[in-house]
Amino acid sequence: MSEVVLQQAASLSVAADRTRVLGRLALVDRLFRQVTRAAAVIVLVILGGVIVSLVYGSWPAMKAFGFGFLFSQSWNPVTENFGALPAIYGTVMTSIIAMLIAVPVGLGIAIFLTELCPYVLRRPIGTAIELLAGIPSIIYGIWGLFVLAPFLQSHVQPALIAAFGDIPVFSTLFAGPPYGIGMLTAGFILAIMVLPFIASISRDVFETVPLVLKEAAWGIGATTWEVTRYVVIPYTRVGVIGGVMLGLGRALGETMAVTFVIGNAHKISGSLLAPGTTISATIANEFTEAVGDLYTSALIELGLILFFITFVVLAVARYMLMRIEQKSA
Amino acid sequence: MISTIFRRGAGAALALAVMCGAAAAIDISGAGATFPYPIYAKWAEAYKKETGSGLNYQSIGSGGGIKQIKARTVTFGASDQPLKPEELDAAGLIQWPQVIGGIVPVVNHAGMAGGDLTLSGETVAKIFLGEITKWDDPAIKKLNPKAKLPSAPIVVVHRSDGSGTTFNFTNYLSKVSPDWASKVGANASVEWPVGIGAKGNEGVANNVANTKGSIGYVEYAYAKQNKLTHTKMINKDGKTVTPSMESFQAAAAGADWAHAEGFYEILTNEPGAKSWPITAATFILLPKESKDEAAAAEALKFFSWAFASGGKMAEELDYIPMPKPVVELIKKTWTSVKGSDGKPLSLLTRPN
Repeated sequence: MSEVVLQQAASLSVAADRTRVLGRLALVDRLFRQVTRAAAVIVLVILGGVIVSLVYGSWPAMKAFGFGFLFSQSWNPVTENFGALPAIYGTVMTSIIAMLIAVPVGLGIAIFLTELCPYVLRRPIGTAIELLAGIPSIIYGIWGLFVLAPFLQSHVQPALIAAFGDIPVFSTLFAGPPYGIGMLTAGFILAIMVLPFIASISRDVFETVPLVLKEAAWGIGATTWEVTRYVVIPYTRVGVIGGVMLGLGRALGETMAVTFVIGNAHKISGSLLAPGTTISATIANEFTEAVGDLYTSALIELGLILFFITFVVLAVARYMLMRIEQKSA
Repeated sequence: MISTIFRRGAGAALALAVMCGAAAAIDISGAGATFPYPIYAKWAEAYKKETGSGLNYQSIGSGGGIKQIKARTVTFGASDQPLKPEELDAAGLIQWPQVIGGIVPVVNHAGMAGGDLTLSGETVAKIFLGEITKWDDPAIKKLNPKAKLPSAPIVVVHRSDGSGTTFNFTNYLSKVSPDWASKVGANASVEWPVGIGAKGNEGVANNVANTKGSIGYVEYAYAKQNKLTHTKMINKDGKTVTPSMESFQAAAAGADWAHAEGFYEILTNEPGAKSWPITAATFILLPKESKDEAAAAEALKFFSWAFASGGKMAEELDYIPMPKPVVELIKKTWTSVKGSDGKPLSLLTRPN
């Protein structure tokens, strides 16, 4: 580009103009640097703004409840006594259920697509996954409420209750009655929603494994399983963890779909079939009608807590990646 | 190519902005309760046809309506939970009841025909407190000696968002059950002892329709639209009543609006042999001094029109229009809405 400009400049006039053209180019370069830097700094400013406004908004609740807010199970708008524990528990628990289902299935899809899938099927399955990611969350919520929840209520949950009724720990985890909606249903919906993230990112990173590595493994007689287990996954570990964390981030913050199927009850129950709530579902449900400063403030503090949880999860993920990179180096 | 797309996109955006701007200039805006939304929407449509002035009503819930009118971001607010007179004064607002409706318990129970189940206020309170957990509980059996009640668990469905419907429902339970009053209380959202929460009247209706053995409460129109089985109730006079225009009207007739300061009157558990026990009025909130006088005057014109010619539309949707004498009382309070010259704005609406 610059050569073109220089040529033009040279053809137009004499050498004296050369410095001017060069100067202009340097100016453009400096401007470019400043603009991009400003764009990057905006991220920090926005992030700071979010934190400041969250802390400012939740200040009355912090003053009123202190650290007890984190451990209190009460959520009583009448007496204005609020606690975050049921919402935190619900957020973490539904995300754990979702990851327990979505990680193995997502990795399975990605491995099948890159290692085993016949060529004719690759495109349709790959596109289907991307479509799954593109469906708005409210659609998942409606589907969950009208199709998945009644199905779980009439078929899956009674079976779970009957099957685990006599086994000590599981009998509490799957205690009736079968409502259809509840923590487990929310976990299922979340699993379906984060699946495409994990699957498509894993597939993309699996495709970056150099063919030579795999061919070398096959050459010494490794089976497909061994190639996947000892070549593909170790080579792409960082990328896979990145995909899983992206999924986890979405599961923690997902609002609409969860609100539809979780049952929205501010209670901690030993049973996964019981209704619960999550931080984002609580905020979405109650924010418009939160009359009274303390109520609004408690909801904003919930938002701050969610922000913090997500931050911690991402930090832990970064740390894990760092450790893995150090080890392999 | 790209520049063409850009130019077209910009053109469209500009056109949109111009349209919005023009629309905002003549429209009145309101926000609040979801309970009367169907009728406000219908009125707005008819009013637009007649006068050309539009109404933009966002049904965001009563609490949201109160918040927005206090912040003066809308012309009027709407709430199913009336503000107390001192609150009204502090916020510089007036309020009046616009229309009356009924809240009904709805059940999903295989083999139970419409209206077959009768419940009393105390029984409903006990169910929602989690003290009655099975359909064949002696208390329910006693009220329904002929019904075949299964030994199935009762699934309680309540609102998860704050709502005026919840306020009126819990207000009723507080009146009939001292236990409810002391343990839970009445509010737009409360700490529910049991049950699953669903968003909006339509959310509760859907959950009850989908969940076997469930009981919930919704505005009557939603029960009808979703073909849900509602229950009969035993009212204050000890009579069994079915929800209908007639029983809502009977409850509304008993209200003494003339002596209710700031129209602060809640219509639950009204006396009268035919009165439906969970009847509710829904209120309009308007500032005494408006930021936008033209819009406030237009709003008064709209509500005046709704009182005069919106009654039939309301009845079609199972709402009860306010009785004539009450409308006269309401119009009197409108004179306290003043323009910047200190003269009542409502003079503009006198023709009615």
